[in-house]
Amino acid sequence: MRGFAALFTALDGTTRTLPKVAALAEYFRTAPEDDRLWTIALLSGRRPRRAVSATRLREWAAERAGLPLWLFEEAYPVVGDLAETIALVLPPPTRRDDRSLTDWMAHLADLAGRDEDTRRVGVLAAWDGLEATERFVFNKLLTGGFRMGVSQGLMTRALAQATGREEAELAHRLMGDWTPATTTFRALVLEDDPAADLSRPYPFALAPQLEGGPDALGPPGDWLAEWKWDGIRAQLIRRGGAWHLWSRGEELITDRFPDLAPAAMALPDGTVIDGELMAWRDGAPLPFAALQRRIGRKSVPKSLLAEAPAALLAYDLLEWQGADLRAAPQDDRRAQLAQVATGPVIRLSPTVAFSDWDGLARARATARDHLAEGLMLKHRAAPYSAGRRKGAWWKWKLDPRTVDAVMIYAQAGHGRRAALYTDFTFAVWHEGALVPFTKAYSGLTDAEFRKITAWVRRNTLERFGPVRRVTPELVFEIAFEGIQASPRHKSGIALRFPRMARWRHDKPAAQADTLDSLRALLPPG
Amino acid sequence: MGTPVLQLTDRGLYCAAGEFFVDPWRPVPRALITHGHADHARSGHGAYLATDIAAPVMRHRLGAITLDTIRYGEVRRIGAATVSFHPAGHVPGSAQIRVEVGGEVWVVSGDYKLGADGLSTPFEPVRCHTFISECTFGLPVYKWPDQAAVLAQITDWVAWAAEQGRTPVLGVYALGKAQRLLAGLGHLGPILTHGAVEATNAVMRDQGIALPPTIQVQRGLDLKPHRGRLVLAPPAALGTPWMRKLGPVSVGFASGWMRLRGVRRRRAADRGFVISDHADWDGLNAAIAATGAERVLVTHGYTTVFARWLAERGYDAGVLATEYVGEDADDSAPESGGESGGEGPGDGATSAGGPGTPDAAAEVEDDTPSAARGAAP
Ligand SMILES: [Zn+2]
Ligand SMILES: [Zn+2]
Repeated sequence: MRGFAALFTALDGTTRTLPKVAALAEYFRTAPEDDRLWTIALLSGRRPRRAVSATRLREWAAERAGLPLWLFEEAYPVVGDLAETIALVLPPPTRRDDRSLTDWMAHLADLAGRDEDTRRVGVLAAWDGLEATERFVFNKLLTGGFRMGVSQGLMTRALAQATGREEAELAHRLMGDWTPATTTFRALVLEDDPAADLSRPYPFALAPQLEGGPDALGPPGDWLAEWKWDGIRAQLIRRGGAWHLWSRGEELITDRFPDLAPAAMALPDGTVIDGELMAWRDGAPLPFAALQRRIGRKSVPKSLLAEAPAALLAYDLLEWQGADLRAAPQDDRRAQLAQVATGPVIRLSPTVAFSDWDGLARARATARDHLAEGLMLKHRAAPYSAGRRKGAWWKWKLDPRTVDAVMIYAQAGHGRRAALYTDFTFAVWHEGALVPFTKAYSGLTDAEFRKITAWVRRNTLERFGPVRRVTPELVFEIAFEGIQASPRHKSGIALRFPRMARWRHDKPAAQADTLDSLRALLPPG
Repeated sequence: MGTPVLQLTDRGLYCAAGEFFVDPWRPVPRALITHGHADHARSGHGAYLATDIAAPVMRHRLGAITLDTIRYGEVRRIGAATVSFHPAGHVPGSAQIRVEVGGEVWVVSGDYKLGADGLSTPFEPVRCHTFISECTFGLPVYKWPDQAAVLAQITDWVAWAAEQGRTPVLGVYALGKAQRLLAGLGHLGPILTHGAVEATNAVMRDQGIALPPTIQVQRGLDLKPHRGRLVLAPPAALGTPWMRKLGPVSVGFASGWMRLRGVRRRRAADRGFVISDHADWDGLNAAIAATGAERVLVTHGYTTVFARWLAERGYDAGVLATEYVGEDADDSAPESGGESGGEGPGDGATSAGGPGTPDAAAEVEDDTPSAARGAAP
């Protein structure tokens, strides 16, 4: 664990890409192979199941630290992270446990199957044999919420540096349904395995947001426009007599969409389609919430299949008759796709016709009528490239909706704004009280943040570590892209991509919007 | 029971028997001051009493004030009260103030820490009936590593930065932390300083406190021969044009808050070093036990939680809603430009104006004045 904890410290200690990649590459060169495999698994979100509930961990940690549980519970929100809180309150270790990452993972898997007493003894013994960072990392593994501030892309780059293999090939290899139990570092990264290739998706092409309109993109005739659907990006693989459906988060979701199976199996072998999963009924899209009901569950009841039938809106054809089409121009891929995606279930995502940019802007304004978020612009000559590369694809989303809200908490920002209060929690009125409903941290100028920072210092009511509760007085216009019902939130709603559009100096807090006015924006159903 | 030895008023802690205040936050005729940090030593009082060691910094910061000094342990009669000042170990000259009236003893801790820092007179517990304690870090997650271990970490980081061709810039509070680190890092050779740090250094050297050699980063200084040398700067100077002229840097930050990963990350510092001039969780508990006090009143920080903890341990514990702020996770705004020295004398006459002490007066200090009054719900 020592090497892995050191890797964690190195990654955690910098926000810069280069040192992160260097630290990871070094680890991939020097760590035991099994540990490398586990590291790849953890960094690509392949987490083992939770061995112990968070409730038990809190109790055991408080007990071991000689603290009443209420005091532990007070400290937890200040730290903001359960694994860290536990690591911080425990007394120093009394011995040194030098097990490798792989051994620890095996130990955890074993504990998960044992009775509670055995688990408790196992966890307390582990805590007692690890130093602070190792403890923190161990707790992260234990609670299953492991992130190291490293994207899959960075990890792949580091692995490419360490192995001398192509980044694109590695990205492809790491996709798919493997776990450390089903493969080895050699098999996954180094050796060729045609069978494993069969189910693997391609790395997705992503589109940056088009700022300031399309005028700078050149002749409109070079571009293809499509609706940007508000669904789940997915890749459908039809190879080797079977079909697979992958979400962009690299989750295999085939089983959750049995209604796609007949259409998928009707495709010829050696076909890969990139598209958007939507709930689609009677020839028209349903709101995102309908689709969301289907994602949360492993098996889909018949009633839900009828209420929210799925369709794949086909954007692109990546493989045809077993050949990788990604290097072919967009227009050619699209022409072939039009021959392939002809049904009502795997249906061609229609293009939006336009002859000049003004015309396209008018079409974009109607996106919401189509239940779309805006437009996608794709260069007709561009290949299909992995990741968020500028120039080939752009998303041009609708202007957001807005709500006027009152700032109630403030927290300092990151990076060059670390000295300023930039992260705020906002509330709207409901039955005479302010109900928090969203956080936002971008959209204002540094000059405005400086003013607000001075104001926050003078108007602090309460401090919680770095967070301050402030006098509910300042009103901001919050812009957002989408809104949906969310029983997990106190307000009952959740916003997508909220940000501050402007500071409403002109509005007193009493005139901020109400929760009811926000709820009125919820999509039907 | 009659009037308590000390009572909380809207101007600060007041001793009726001696007609004086301790660390008041509004102008009063007579103020006893624990130490020179801005939230404890404010301007506008009629007469000040502080330790002889704390006095020079107070004069530097507050300008022309009527200031009488007292030595640690010296006993003085003020009206019907007997007072004495005792080492708090927080910064050079910082004191706990002992007040005795009619046989009843109260001690106001001011800010304190238990571990010796190599510069301040170490904390001495004072027996009392009622102890008014700060609890800036009054949660069990705050535990400080050994100072020696942290100094070693800083030394390693300085070497690493030099290897990378970067200048290590460490964000530290200008009064106390900066000099404590200087004293512990003399082996690194001359250390570069921001004007705000150097101004305090000069005051302390003047009064006979020995500090290793420093070089102020100011206009006209050729930085080339100093690339890779440690620079001490107040938090507010990090990321400013002043710092940019240092060329490629690695930014570190030294504070008790660096114990929390979330705070370290928010800081966007390359490195965080856990070192504080306030007591950690174990320190608070040890200090309180050592006073033998039955009653403990807490200020600064996680007061409600800490008072409940003490109550469960059998103390008669309560919260005092003061306006001290402790080692703040933020720094204050002014971009004082390293050359000028950064710290003007005093927060000016504005303190008469009430709670809105302007941020410009906050300097580059751990004790940022703010209107955190009427806090706990
Ligand atoms: Zn202080
Ligand atoms: Zn203080």
